[in-house]
Amino acid sequence: MKKTLALLASTSLISVGSAAFAVDLEVTHWWTSGGEAAAVAEFARLFNENTEHNWVDGAIAGSGGTARPIMIGRITGGDPMGATQFNHGRQAEELVEAGLMLDLTDLAEAEGWRDFVNPTSLLDSCTLDGRIYCVPINIHSWQWLWLSHKAYEDAGVPVPTNWDEFVAAAPALEEAGKIPLAMGGQPWQSNGAFGVMAIALAGIEAWEAVHIDQNAEVAAGPEYARVFEAAAQARAFSARSNVQDWNQATNLVITGQAGGQIMGDWAQGEFQVAGLVAGEDYSCLPGLGVNEIISTGGDAFYFPKVNNPEVEAAQLELASLMISQEAQVAFNLKKGSLPVRGDIDLAAANDCMQKGLEILATGAILPDANQTFSPDTQGQIEDLMVEFWNDPNFSAEEAQRLYVEIIASAD
Amino acid sequence: MSRARSGGARARPPIRLFRNFSSKLAAIPMVLVGLGVFVGGTIWTIVHSFTDSRLLPRLRWVGFDQYERLWSTRRWLVSIENLAVYGIVSLVLTMCLGFLLAALLDRKIRYEDTFRTIFLYPFALSFIVTGLVWQWILNPEFGIQSIVRGLGISGFNFDPLYNPDLVIIGLLIAGLWQGTGLIMVIMLAGLRGIDEDIWKACRVDGIPVWKTYVVVIIPMMKPVFVTALVLVTSGIVKLYDLVVAMTSGGPGISSEVPAKYVYDTLFTRQNLGQGFAASTMMLVTVAIILIPWAYMQFREKRQ
Repeated sequence: MKKTLALLASTSLISVGSAAFAVDLEVTHWWTSGGEAAAVAEFARLFNENTEHNWVDGAIAGSGGTARPIMIGRITGGDPMGATQFNHGRQAEELVEAGLMLDLTDLAEAEGWRDFVNPTSLLDSCTLDGRIYCVPINIHSWQWLWLSHKAYEDAGVPVPTNWDEFVAAAPALEEAGKIPLAMGGQPWQSNGAFGVMAIALAGIEAWEAVHIDQNAEVAAGPEYARVFEAAAQARAFSARSNVQDWNQATNLVITGQAGGQIMGDWAQGEFQVAGLVAGEDYSCLPGLGVNEIISTGGDAFYFPKVNNPEVEAAQLELASLMISQEAQVAFNLKKGSLPVRGDIDLAAANDCMQKGLEILATGAILPDANQTFSPDTQGQIEDLMVEFWNDPNFSAEEAQRLYVEIIASAD
Repeated sequence: MSRARSGGARARPPIRLFRNFSSKLAAIPMVLVGLGVFVGGTIWTIVHSFTDSRLLPRLRWVGFDQYERLWSTRRWLVSIENLAVYGIVSLVLTMCLGFLLAALLDRKIRYEDTFRTIFLYPFALSFIVTGLVWQWILNPEFGIQSIVRGLGISGFNFDPLYNPDLVIIGLLIAGLWQGTGLIMVIMLAGLRGIDEDIWKACRVDGIPVWKTYVVVIIPMMKPVFVTALVLVTSGIVKLYDLVVAMTSGGPGISSEVPAKYVYDTLFTRQNLGQGFAASTMMLVTVAIILIPWAYMQFREKRQ
């Protein structure tokens, strides 16, 4: 032990002697689609230009579900990367508790993160026992209903402006041979759509009672009964959409084969790529047009402990850079997500993104389900939702009963 | 193993322990790794299935809570049911088809090599590739259904992967396509091991060919059948990648399997305790299959 310490000390002395010490910092993330890769490339560019360190890109293909086990395995297995992506919330909670993550509190206080991070709940998600362990990067919200103007024109009905009109227009779409609601078959999509309907239809108070206080009585109450009824309706609307991936479902809306889709703001990248114009070819309704609220999910970066002062210095530099105004603008414009800073101007953003920014400015925000429930509880709800959504014989009452059971034992 | 080796030893050293000392010494690392990795890992897993470990293992005992939750989880029950259906059907069909193909090839047909290669070829593909290929073939938009409809039969419906009641058939088709070839080759090797004189004797006695197979050949091939059985069953219990590639458990949760439940709870849901409880149940399943087999094998050796 003493020898390794001496060795470390001597190497660090040499490196300090040779002026600035360049560190190769490996950054792992699961951003591999076109827009995502372009966005993360902005971070890499700024990091390489503004510091003497090198960004080593550690993209893991697949999705968060594939990438997170690999990342956690490397951190717990003693082969930590320089920095790694997780979603806002509790995915890295136990890693932080186990003392495997670098404490960023000093940097955060020096730069005054708490003054400009908006909403501050993002910083709270990074905090454990008053110490800050991650850098929030962006905000993604789930609460959007994307509508195809072409589908409604073909069916001869006006484009709906809220969920009730959407339900009323569904029979006309069916008659015209369209799918009223496009929906991919993967569990997280069914779960997400249900969450959106819960906020829009059960109201904020009921949603907060269930998600934050984990109150099973409210989950069994009439507000949530209404959500399950609506979900059963939506299930009938989406019965004929035989697709798996979310972007295939979005494509049904883009081509006018489907009336609408409940999907997060990442869907607008697909509309942009297809050359559609917001407000002319498609509309977006935040909060299903009922409750204009967005949840503030998204991504944050964590910096695993490495016990090497040079690497640690580079990690802090990267943390500081990621939350800087310049990086926030460059990254979020490419990603189509909202910035975590309340003090920057995103004039270049499109219509739907502007809507999101306005809602953010009014403070009509809620935490993301990933922030309130553990991955285990989220998984149980996903199992329930994907079964409910795919089995027309699964009654709304039965689903609600099982949902209440999960909430009662949630953590 | 060491007993078999000691049989060929030269002069006997006085102390039994030092007999074949160098080979015993050489076997020590293997024995240690075997004990450490397999036995140690298994015990560690079983012990932690009685804790409330989440992302990281910890020893906070909760008794049988994880098992109670496991057996009241719908997804697990559906998984077990799927595995049972898939297992029984696939076991019977692979054994029957494998033997039938082997028997046909053994009739001294022309181009035997070519046929053997064709039948065995799917086995060279991984389950992931097999799953993807069959997912495309069974896709109603551009697979079998659309081809048959294109031929003019517009009422033709064949989309097992999108029908919760039929999805297991879709999995079976792909699984059989992939696995039958190997069993065929093993059976064929068994058939080739039967002495030509036995066939001649049966012919002299005027026994019909099919009866020779049923009454004489199959009983003689018992060890081959047992090997094939163990191979097929262990493959069934660990069924995972085929499901991931073809349906990812859908539609709904109708094609979930136990191995996928274990993977999901361990890694994406960060609930080690629950995942370990599920994998311990899988171990019990495997043990139920393997212990009778091992018992049979060892009893035969002693005789």
